[in-house]
Amino acid sequence: MFRRERSIPLRGSAAALCNNLSVLPLPTRSLTHFGVVHGPSAQLLSAAPEGAPLAQRQLHAKEGAGVSPPLITQIHWCVLPFRVLLVLTSHRGIQMYESDGSVMVYWHALDAGDASLVQAVFARGIAASGHYICVGTWSGRVLVFDIPTKGPNIVLSEELARHQTPITDIATEPAQGQDCVADTVTADDSGLLCVWRSGPKFKLLTQIPGFGAPCSSVQLWQGTVAAGYGNGQVRLYEASTGTLHVQISAHARAVCALDLAPEAGKLLSAAEDTFIHIWKLSRNPEDGYIEVEHCHGECVPDTQICGARFCDLSGSSFAVTGYDLAEILRFSSM
Amino acid sequence: MSMRTLPLLFLNLGGEMLYILDQRLRAQNIPGDKARKVMNDIISTMFNRKFMEELFKPQELYSKKALRTVYDRLAHASIMRLNQASMDKLYDLMTMAFKYQVLLCPRPKDVLLVTFNHLDAIKGLIQDSPTILHQVDETFRQLTDIYGGLSAGEFQLIRQTLLIFFQDLHIRVSIFLKDKVQNSNGRFVLPASGPVPWGTEVPGLIRTFNSKGEEVKRTEFKHGGSYVAALKEGSLELYGDRVLKLGTNMYSVNRPVETHMSAASKNLASQTQESIVPNPLAKEELNLLARLIGGMGIQKPSGPEPGFRLNLFTTDEEEEQAALTRPEELSYEVINIQATQDQQTNQELARIMGEFEITDQSRRSASKGDDLLAMMDEL
Repeated sequence: MFRRERSIPLRGSAAALCNNLSVLPLPTRSLTHFGVVHGPSAQLLSAAPEGAPLAQRQLHAKEGAGVSPPLITQIHWCVLPFRVLLVLTSHRGIQMYESDGSVMVYWHALDAGDASLVQAVFARGIAASGHYICVGTWSGRVLVFDIPTKGPNIVLSEELARHQTPITDIATEPAQGQDCVADTVTADDSGLLCVWRSGPKFKLLTQIPGFGAPCSSVQLWQGTVAAGYGNGQVRLYEASTGTLHVQISAHARAVCALDLAPEAGKLLSAAEDTFIHIWKLSRNPEDGYIEVEHCHGECVPDTQICGARFCDLSGSSFAVTGYDLAEILRFSSM
Repeated sequence: MSMRTLPLLFLNLGGEMLYILDQRLRAQNIPGDKARKVMNDIISTMFNRKFMEELFKPQELYSKKALRTVYDRLAHASIMRLNQASMDKLYDLMTMAFKYQVLLCPRPKDVLLVTFNHLDAIKGLIQDSPTILHQVDETFRQLTDIYGGLSAGEFQLIRQTLLIFFQDLHIRVSIFLKDKVQNSNGRFVLPASGPVPWGTEVPGLIRTFNSKGEEVKRTEFKHGGSYVAALKEGSLELYGDRVLKLGTNMYSVNRPVETHMSAASKNLASQTQESIVPNPLAKEELNLLARLIGGMGIQKPSGPEPGFRLNLFTTDEEEEQAALTRPEELSYEVINIQATQDQQTNQELARIMGEFEITDQSRRSASKGDDLLAMMDEL
């Protein structure tokens, strides 16, 4: 059972995007950072454990040519081995900041060169994999940036060209130590999932085809890919083979966010149907296949949810953003 | 975000505008022949071929200010005039209605069904003019050509683009409050019941498969909503059962149009950004607007037909009161070209835009209208 905690007010309402909430827990400093996209700006704020807001900052998409100010598509904290960077993607390019958003350390302008007049140009989908940061783009290409332990000397190391439609989300998990183990998953608007092993040259391990619905959000846990789709389904696949093991008719509208509490094996799904569901993932002791059990459902009345994240590694609390809502809703287990 | 959103935005808002004007013309007892002329003139302007060509070009969405300017022009395409307070109210109703429809669409693709509902109804509003009917059918075909083949992902992007456009608008509309589709805080009710979208299963089932793809286990969980399966898919043919009711005419003579002006959003930061910061790119937007409006090809009124003023309120006093008490943050500022300070600003453009700054409440004089029409002819 979860109870509503004190909400954290936002300066601007959350935009109707998917994966529109990033959370960086800093337990050693008794702080949690939150990041939400409003539109042409994004808001970072930090809050104390009981939800009292402490500091806030607004970031804007870097301007460029165009009729209207560029919109931000996503904001996400990337936790790397030696540093944490805040990455912001927009219709112009990719901005990387120090984790508190105070200094921009890198700017990558998108090359709209081969975009037809009809295609919108933007970057979307952000994840850290080892010392790389992967960012997706409108064309389906995934840009891989090599991040030094400190300083601004960030280099575009590779462009993964497997997807043909805009990237929606990217997920990673720490490599399990062996060779050929999947540690990165990329998802796109057609529902296609690509499973990779990161490295100086990323290696494609499997492709999982779509079925007509966009895959809006993806997570990776112990070799299992969890994917949320536009038709409300959540599916779990074996990452190494691409085999479908679990199909959940989880929501009545498009799934907009998935998150994992890896220590507890908990998966959170949130959708435009106003519901958030928490699932327990486990491995069947007999055949080793992944199994799912429903733990909890929460409704945020009349709110089209656009972002949801666990706020701690054990999954005992989570935060939610909704379209047009100027606050971050918080829930914690009793 | 999506470059294909403007036609859908324009046609649906235009449809809502026609529903409201139709209701007000009847409520105000405007003579049948005048009312018919106004509706035919406006619909004909909306679906003008050159205008549609411009509209359907892939482009970013206009700002709210720019779009409002287009509707100002459209509403005045005939012998009817509207004071600013009535125009403001009209635009409020149009935008809140379409925002509601987009939000409640079960699938992102259903926004196309909503558009077709509007077009179906518009055809019903046209009187004795096969030419205008043909124009609307042409637009139907164009919509089918362009949107019929788009993927679910592309429609999701269109939906997100529309919702970003409507973000932070919480004007309370009487008809919505009465029907309990809007709460007293201005938020729309999102019911957790009813049929699921076409292509979605009723939530509540967990299916487990083995590596051969065979289902080995089936468990149920309590979802929390009370959904039922979708009955059938709405038709995207020229004629067909759309199934969805969103986008059909919710007004009638007995259901008046009213809004409550509430200090909508506490978050002025988002609105002040648009109205205070002079936009250096306004010139590019003005050029696009001029092309769009120029394509409207508005005809001079034939014969000595006298104009009339339509009031969106029940009395003139109410209209005056509304103008005085409209909250600051809800004012629709028409584009101020002085802000551009650009010597290259087209003189024609400047005069056209100058005409659209409705600075006073008085009726437009016939000569001013003639000048404007003359300018349009020269474009």
